[in-house]
Amino acid sequence: MTVINLRQMKRNQTGIITSVKAQGEMGRRIRDMGIVPGKEITIQGRAPLYDPVALRIMGFTLTLRNNEADYIQVEVE
Amino acid sequence: MSIAIALAGNPNAGKTTLFNELTGARQQVGNYPGVTVEKKQGTCVSEAGTFEIIDLPGTYSLTAYSLEEVVARDYLVNEKPAMVVNIVDASNLERNLYLSVQFMEMGIPVCLALNMMDVAQKRGIEIDVDKLSALLGIPVIPMVARTGKGKNELLAQVVKGIDKPAAPLLISYGQDIDKALDEMEKIITANQFLTDIYPARWVGLKYFENDAQILELGADRDKETAGKLMDIGEKLHRHMSATLDTHPEGMIADQRYGFINSVLKQNVIRFAHDRNRLQRSDQIDKVLTNRFLGPLIMVGVLAALYQFTFTYSALPVGWVEGLFSWISGVTDAALPDGLLKSMIISGIIDGVGGVMGFVPLIMFMFLGISFIEDSGYLARMAFMLDRVFRIFGLHGSSVMAFIISGGIAGGCAVPGVMAARTLKSPRERLATLLTVPFMNCGAKLPVYALLVAAFFPGKQATIMVILTLISWVGALLVAKLLRSTVIRGEATPFVMELPPYRFPTLKGLWIHTWERTWQYMKKAGTVILGISILIWAMMTFPGLDDKTKAQFESRRTAITDTAPAEVLTEIETADKDAELSPEAREVTSALAGIDGQESLTRLENSFAGRIGKTLEKVSYLAGFDWRTNIALVGGFAAKEVVVSTLGTAYSLGDVDPESTDSLGERLAKSPGWGPVTAFALMIFTIFYAPCFVTVVCISRETGSWKWAAFSVGFNTALAFALSVLTYQVGSLIVN
Repeated sequence: MTVINLRQMKRNQTGIITSVKAQGEMGRRIRDMGIVPGKEITIQGRAPLYDPVALRIMGFTLTLRNNEADYIQVEVE
Repeated sequence: MSIAIALAGNPNAGKTTLFNELTGARQQVGNYPGVTVEKKQGTCVSEAGTFEIIDLPGTYSLTAYSLEEVVARDYLVNEKPAMVVNIVDASNLERNLYLSVQFMEMGIPVCLALNMMDVAQKRGIEIDVDKLSALLGIPVIPMVARTGKGKNELLAQVVKGIDKPAAPLLISYGQDIDKALDEMEKIITANQFLTDIYPARWVGLKYFENDAQILELGADRDKETAGKLMDIGEKLHRHMSATLDTHPEGMIADQRYGFINSVLKQNVIRFAHDRNRLQRSDQIDKVLTNRFLGPLIMVGVLAALYQFTFTYSALPVGWVEGLFSWISGVTDAALPDGLLKSMIISGIIDGVGGVMGFVPLIMFMFLGISFIEDSGYLARMAFMLDRVFRIFGLHGSSVMAFIISGGIAGGCAVPGVMAARTLKSPRERLATLLTVPFMNCGAKLPVYALLVAAFFPGKQATIMVILTLISWVGALLVAKLLRSTVIRGEATPFVMELPPYRFPTLKGLWIHTWERTWQYMKKAGTVILGISILIWAMMTFPGLDDKTKAQFESRRTAITDTAPAEVLTEIETADKDAELSPEAREVTSALAGIDGQESLTRLENSFAGRIGKTLEKVSYLAGFDWRTNIALVGGFAAKEVVVSTLGTAYSLGDVDPESTDSLGERLAKSPGWGPVTAFALMIFTIFYAPCFVTVVCISRETGSWKWAAFSVGFNTALAFALSVLTYQVGSLIVN
């Protein structure tokens, strides 16, 4: 079990969110969509230019830019 | 007495579908006072009673960060609807409940419309509706908005639930916050701080969340109490970041999800399969957002949208134009020659007709865009293109507006500006709105066609490619410039849902398309009519004095007097298309020449002509003489007017923009004209002030005349600078 940054996750990799460091509007937007500690996410894919990233959480698909993903730490196998 | 209810919910939860299902065609669209957020209202007549329904903007949360959320919140506290119908997607329940929890925290009477039960069932999701209702303490009605199933039960429930006061939902946000909230609540209640509008505990919560709107309101009302609350908030913030490496705002969101999770975990929801299992929608995405296939398919979709909007609308556009030219013809025959006739035909009919000619185009465009948007593909386009557009301070969704405006030459900036509505981030949207007019719309094409044929014969394709590239590069660089100066600011977070693909409902598409088109048509009858008459007046007044008129008249009489009588009879009696004898042709062309010179003199003497002459003092830097200047002033009415005005200015009388051979030849022979001048003029045409219909749309879409004025002033200055550069550098190279 290691904690890595969401940006470093590979396609189809699954992990549990451990912390979300963003504050202010970005922090709020990220959390509103359910990116909070304890939730499981799976990387679904990346855009043709490798950014943004699409991930699966609570049964729906969410996209984030890489610089937004940087605020999110994930525990993976 | 009708009952006021508000519809609220996440985007993509089916809110608009339910609204359409409930109200049918009985809708009014407007704006919330002072902002550009769209406000939809409708009436629903049913067995349960008559309801006045407000469709609140779709939001994920109730923060003060976005205009939509503030508008929704303000509406609920100020207008106090009898009930909030919170529509939630049953197949995506956990995240949808996040908004519901926030309504409940505010103590607003709310009932859940548990939509898309059919989709949830198909995905093996089972929901214990009664248990959910009991645990949340609010009514929950399962339904399928697309088919109208559950609609009557919902309305019956609304009637039953009215006048039952709701108490704010109390949830625990963790020990530290709860304790501080207790402290705040005491202070707030004791000082009656904003308690006339909001529940005390909720106000405290907003102080922890640093809610800009509430903080400002609080400081306005009672500085002392606000200061105390701020102190408590800051103390807690320091304490939490020191001990828990987190902050209250984050913790509150975490705990809301914690509360939802604790409710759902009590056997409220059961999944037959892993809920992150790939759905059909995800399988489609594997192809549509594939690294190689994705962009290719996107180009195809954009080309199809373009084809659909501009090719299929050609027929109805032709009908509308035909109708107006018929009206124009009838008026021409019915009224005596003179100013009144000229104003009615050139000012009113041509002006309004020109605007109405866009209506079929706008309808087709919105139909196409609504389909792409409602089906869920637009979000994928934004996803794939965001990396590129972000470099210039724009958003992935900007692409649609650029393409419609003429990103593929031949679009139109009017629907393009309106297409920017699909952008949800305010700064990116503004930058898009202001740069789409640089694209090569269909009305700029006749100008290019004329100049290319005259000065770059045989290079039509090459020049068009160059012009398209120049307009894209120019638009993107200007967007970047605007985003680093006047619209400076952080990029709005991209955080976006990729909704499952859905087949849009016909009813939804139709209502969507029609209301946008109708808004545009209403505008055509008012502002645009006024401006059209103003432009007509500028090109008509003050007109020729009697002496000059008499001079032209005597020149005409001189010709008709000297011509043999049988030739005159031949001209008078001949059919319109009949072949005239050589003598008769000589006479008619001599007369046409004098008519041409007369309109030239009249134009020269008009206000527009005087402006053109005055501008010549600077415009010579770009190689433009006063004739070109008048044409460009006329181009503010519509870009193709540049061609017809040039025709008048070179005394050719009326020139059909579709067949400009003779005008091109005339220009090529005129002194002062050459490839460099022509190219500088094309550069100017790309960048200068948008036509006034676009300007009116910009002011409408941005909600202020300030931005419309900016686009006229800034674009013209930029165009002038670029064309001077082109002309001066070009002249150096050529000579």
